[in-house]
Amino acid sequence: MAVYLLRRLGQAVLILLGVSFITFILLYVLPADPVRQIAGRAATAQTVENIRQQLGLDQPFIVQYGRYLANLARGDLGRSYLQKTDVAELIRSRLPATLLLMAAGIFAELLIGLTLGVIAALWRGRALDQGLMVTSFVAVSAPQFVIGLLLLYVFAVKLGWFPIGGYGTFAHLVLPALTLGILGSGWYSRMMRSSMIEALRADYTRTARAKGLGRLRVILRHALPNAILPIVAMIGIDIGIFMGGIVVVESVFGWPGMGQLAWQAIQRVDIPIIMGVTLVSATAIVLGNLLADLIAPMIDPRIRLR
Amino acid sequence: MSPGGATQRPDTAWRRLLRRRLALFGLVIIMLAVFGAVFAPWIAPWAPQEQHFDGLTLEGSPLPPGGAFLFGTDLLGRDLFSRMLFGARTSLVIGVLANGIALGIGTLVGVSAGFFRGRIGGALMRLTDLMMAFPALLLAICLAAIFTPSLWIVVLVIALVNWVQAARVIYTETTALSEREFIQAERTLGAGPGRILFRHILPHLVPTVIVWGTLGISTTVLLEATLSFLGIGVQPPTPSWGNIIFENQTYFQTAPWLVFIPGAAIVALALAFNLVGDALRDVLDPTQRGRD
Repeated sequence: MAVYLLRRLGQAVLILLGVSFITFILLYVLPADPVRQIAGRAATAQTVENIRQQLGLDQPFIVQYGRYLANLARGDLGRSYLQKTDVAELIRSRLPATLLLMAAGIFAELLIGLTLGVIAALWRGRALDQGLMVTSFVAVSAPQFVIGLLLLYVFAVKLGWFPIGGYGTFAHLVLPALTLGILGSGWYSRMMRSSMIEALRADYTRTARAKGLGRLRVILRHALPNAILPIVAMIGIDIGIFMGGIVVVESVFGWPGMGQLAWQAIQRVDIPIIMGVTLVSATAIVLGNLLADLIAPMIDPRIRLR
Repeated sequence: MSPGGATQRPDTAWRRLLRRRLALFGLVIIMLAVFGAVFAPWIAPWAPQEQHFDGLTLEGSPLPPGGAFLFGTDLLGRDLFSRMLFGARTSLVIGVLANGIALGIGTLVGVSAGFFRGRIGGALMRLTDLMMAFPALLLAICLAAIFTPSLWIVVLVIALVNWVQAARVIYTETTALSEREFIQAERTLGAGPGRILFRHILPHLVPTVIVWGTLGISTTVLLEATLSFLGIGVQPPTPSWGNIIFENQTYFQTAPWLVFIPGAAIVALALAFNLVGDALRDVLDPTQRGRD
């Protein structure tokens, strides 16, 4: 176990190094002249030169990257071109709202996806099952901004059940969380369906039936827990999809999180902020995958550690 | 398979595909979109950029669907139906082209890594691990923000973030194929790597590439729509279904058709490619043969 853990941790560190290298290239190497962008249009040649020296952009590539890494290690993600504040500070202030939305989104997708998946599995081959599977296809084919605007139009504008946007109360959370959750629920319902069908066919289910247990008890106590196990391990992988989704969902609903920060930065071409959000998201994905790999053998001992 | 199969014409994959209702539905939508895109200049009642004097109400708000303008007008008094037709061109061109490039890169990387293994293979797969760590949408946003957006940049950006899944699937498939007995037998008989690769591995990968090529278009269409919706995809006045929503988003409470008609078109097209791709996966998979 310890060896596996160390190896897996080592891999994660290597990937994060690679991520930092790519963001570094995107931030300082690809843009035509980052110094000009930082200094602004009105800057004199002298100011530009000063900033270049301050940022160390006159140094060789490898020195620059080393410095960038050292800054990252201290939690310094650079400064916003336009807001003149630390990117790390901006992200930190937006993080709680985003984490709340993500937690609610994961809850929504699991609740909808797992429920529909179980129903489809129990009514396998019938019209209900086919209808649910087509619905799941629609869910994964709909862009999140369309779902978001549709929910907003129906439940906020027309019916007035929820506020049109913003942040603060539970009512504000419902529609954005649903929007985030619907896409994932499409995938989860399909996975849950096949996992549940497999569990219903398994020997232990037949044994439970043969013992004379009732149908409902067999489904709830024997088939369901076993069917859910492989699905839970997917949540870690899910984080990647969520991280992209928050940019869209937060901008549609005016949710003051990291995604909205990135969206505002897109409009102003404030690359350090976009890159900071990307770096934080990539870190979250790597950690999420790591966690999923570590948890999977704990909940299902059949998965061997390699 | 139906009884008396010997007297019937061969049961081709194409036939089996057409027998599935959902796949047929998807194909019809795709054909409609292609038809609309190709013949847009002849079908469209107006030029997509024309701002009509009678295209706005006296208060200056857009006209609802019906009347002279089939789908209504947008906030500049342009005909939405005409813009949708020309927008279909953008969506399809980007969808097919970006996905084609992504699939090309993915196949090249996947086959190289799976067939040659060793250092190169390992390095290529570590590269895909690294790419998997980035959320595709955010990486696309970064790239689109750095370069000045244009249709071709959007194609490249989408291709650059979308090749990874294809590469992984094809890598897995290639490694599995290389282990198969008929390949081993061919090796024992003295066939060189070139012959094995081109005569045996690549032809067996064709079904996978077709399935992923179809499913991938759906992902690409959605990514283009999302980038355009965020204002960093295809730039107005060139219409794309995503940027029509981007342009009119602030009016969605009073003029919902400007958001929901293009929205429905995006969902329909992405759904169509998903349905066809999913059916192709079943139809081209030999283990599924005869089940439908």
